[in-house]
Amino acid sequence: MTILDWLQDYTIQNVVIGAALLGLISGVLGSFAVLRKQSLLGDTLSHAALPGVCIGFLIAGTRNIGSILFGALVSGALAALLMLALTRNSRLKTDAGLGITLSTFFALGVVLLTYIQGTNNAAQGGLDSFLFGQAAATLRSDLWIMGGITVAALGLVSLLWKEFKLVSFDPSYAASLGLPVVWLEVLLTVMIALAVVVGLQMVGVVLMAAMIIAPAVAARQWSHRLEGMVLLAAAIGVGGGVFGALLSALSRGLATGPLIILSVSSVVIVSLLFAPRRGFVWEIVRLRRSRRRLRYQQVLTTLYQLAAAHADSRYRSGQGMIDTYHGTSTQRALRKLHRRGYVVRHAAPPEEPNTAGQWVLTPAGIHEAERILDSLGREAL
Amino acid sequence: MAELHEPNLALHVEDLTVSYQSKPVLWDIDFDVPPGVMAAIVGPNGAGKSTLIKSVLGLVPAVAGHVTLFGRPYKDQRRRVGYVPQRSSVDWDFPTTALDVVTMGLYGRLGWLRRPGRRERREAMQALEKVGMQDFAQRQISQLSGGQQQRVFLARALVQDADVYFLDEPMAGVDATTERAIVDILRRLRDEGKTVIVVHHDLQTVRTYFDWLLLLNVRVIAQGEVGDVYTAANLRKAYGGQIALLEESALLPPQERDMPVTERLP
Repeated sequence: MTILDWLQDYTIQNVVIGAALLGLISGVLGSFAVLRKQSLLGDTLSHAALPGVCIGFLIAGTRNIGSILFGALVSGALAALLMLALTRNSRLKTDAGLGITLSTFFALGVVLLTYIQGTNNAAQGGLDSFLFGQAAATLRSDLWIMGGITVAALGLVSLLWKEFKLVSFDPSYAASLGLPVVWLEVLLTVMIALAVVVGLQMVGVVLMAAMIIAPAVAARQWSHRLEGMVLLAAAIGVGGGVFGALLSALSRGLATGPLIILSVSSVVIVSLLFAPRRGFVWEIVRLRRSRRRLRYQQVLTTLYQLAAAHADSRYRSGQGMIDTYHGTSTQRALRKLHRRGYVVRHAAPPEEPNTAGQWVLTPAGIHEAERILDSLGREAL
Repeated sequence: MAELHEPNLALHVEDLTVSYQSKPVLWDIDFDVPPGVMAAIVGPNGAGKSTLIKSVLGLVPAVAGHVTLFGRPYKDQRRRVGYVPQRSSVDWDFPTTALDVVTMGLYGRLGWLRRPGRRERREAMQALEKVGMQDFAQRQISQLSGGQQQRVFLARALVQDADVYFLDEPMAGVDATTERAIVDILRRLRDEGKTVIVVHHDLQTVRTYFDWLLLLNVRVIAQGEVGDVYTAANLRKAYGGQIALLEESALLPPQERDMPVTERLP
């Protein structure tokens, strides 16, 4: 099959478009969920969608995508409301509330699923694909539903951009300005439930949470503005979705949903490692660099203080003496000081035990040492 | 037009009771603040100081009582009120800049669907200048020090151009320079005829900074001009056993304390 045939393949087209839509909506809405510390909300909503999927099927009597998605939306929203009621009216904390709601609804969903499978209804075939998703089953008509939901959600976010931003950053201040904070939060939650519904067919209820969280977390590493973060999260979501979908189409037989999640997750790993200022590697390099600078500043001030103690600005400090004082080899630091012209080296006189040499401060070195000591003194004040 | 209730008071709180899971946090509060004063709300931990402000602003529901500002309920007076929440109430790792946070103070005036434009950015910039933070306008907020973050919050309230300002512990955890800067700004507001109401935690500075005082411990212990209210007897009533922790000098009138003249009220 040539690339062209491949791109014209109906199923592949559906899957790629679906994955792109899913990445778009979950990247945008996931950003708000992550910033509002509600990453787990996506997890709860998606697991809670399973009983809705089953009930939607039972009511329709067939695998009707409309009623299944509507059922998923309703049971997801119910779970979110239950979670809110639990944490508002009891001493339960949010994480515990989310955890209880998640597992209760998911258990109910699995029970209903096995019940339906037990009835030997021929139409139930493939209902369990909602657990891990079955992207290849995506139809053109499903795409219209997914596309409609995505456009509606993106429209709402761009209309209520500043309100959502303020509610995510400082809800009590937003309330003091008269914004209907509770309704805005409900709206955000319902939209996340909608994103979950979009993702059910593609990645399934179990992995959907990663689709909400991962693009947002990765984008946060690179961007320091909400606008940039949301756009980047959308791009990562779309990119990961399309890449995963193509990968699975190429490989024949590997599940699409998990491949999408793995593509997005690998962006997260790269971002956590390498993002400027926030990445681990960046942090390690920064620490190393400052530790080395500290070492060489310490050695310079040691030379200065030795010279001062001997009241001789041309005092020759033996390498062994400096090493002993710092309890470690200072050769590298001294070589660096030498390169910068702060010290000059003299050969050790024959009676010295250490042949590594002796070091004398240059006028520039004295000046630099005084500058360092001055700045230390200022900080101590 | 309906008759106004206590229109001559910047803030009038009557019979306010707030409870949390049937335990009273504030009990039967009557509290009045005349316009143009700088008032402190002071009391021990758990006295309900922050809750009082939040309840006035409608952020915490009251089970009884009512609140008016210049004779009208709060929801009709939002535009005349500026609020500075506790700095620790938000996550400063939020991806935004100092200027953007200050611009948020104008969202109420902008209303739905309208976006902040050049005019809003200019006003926000002016507010940042008032708190001496103009050089940090484009700085990511997580890179600001605690004192700088507090100033950004203050600028966000200033941009609201309110008549009554509520501040929740604005001097908590900031350095001496920032504290001085904040007090100067608040005094300037008062001198312009605005009313400033501050939850304050430091008894030592109450008399130097403020001219009106509410001593609170779930109930109102005493309220009025600082000179009349700040007495050993009242403090003992508010703080109970904890008063032993206070230095004796806190109870002496300011003149008898060895404090630089510049720290006293003008």
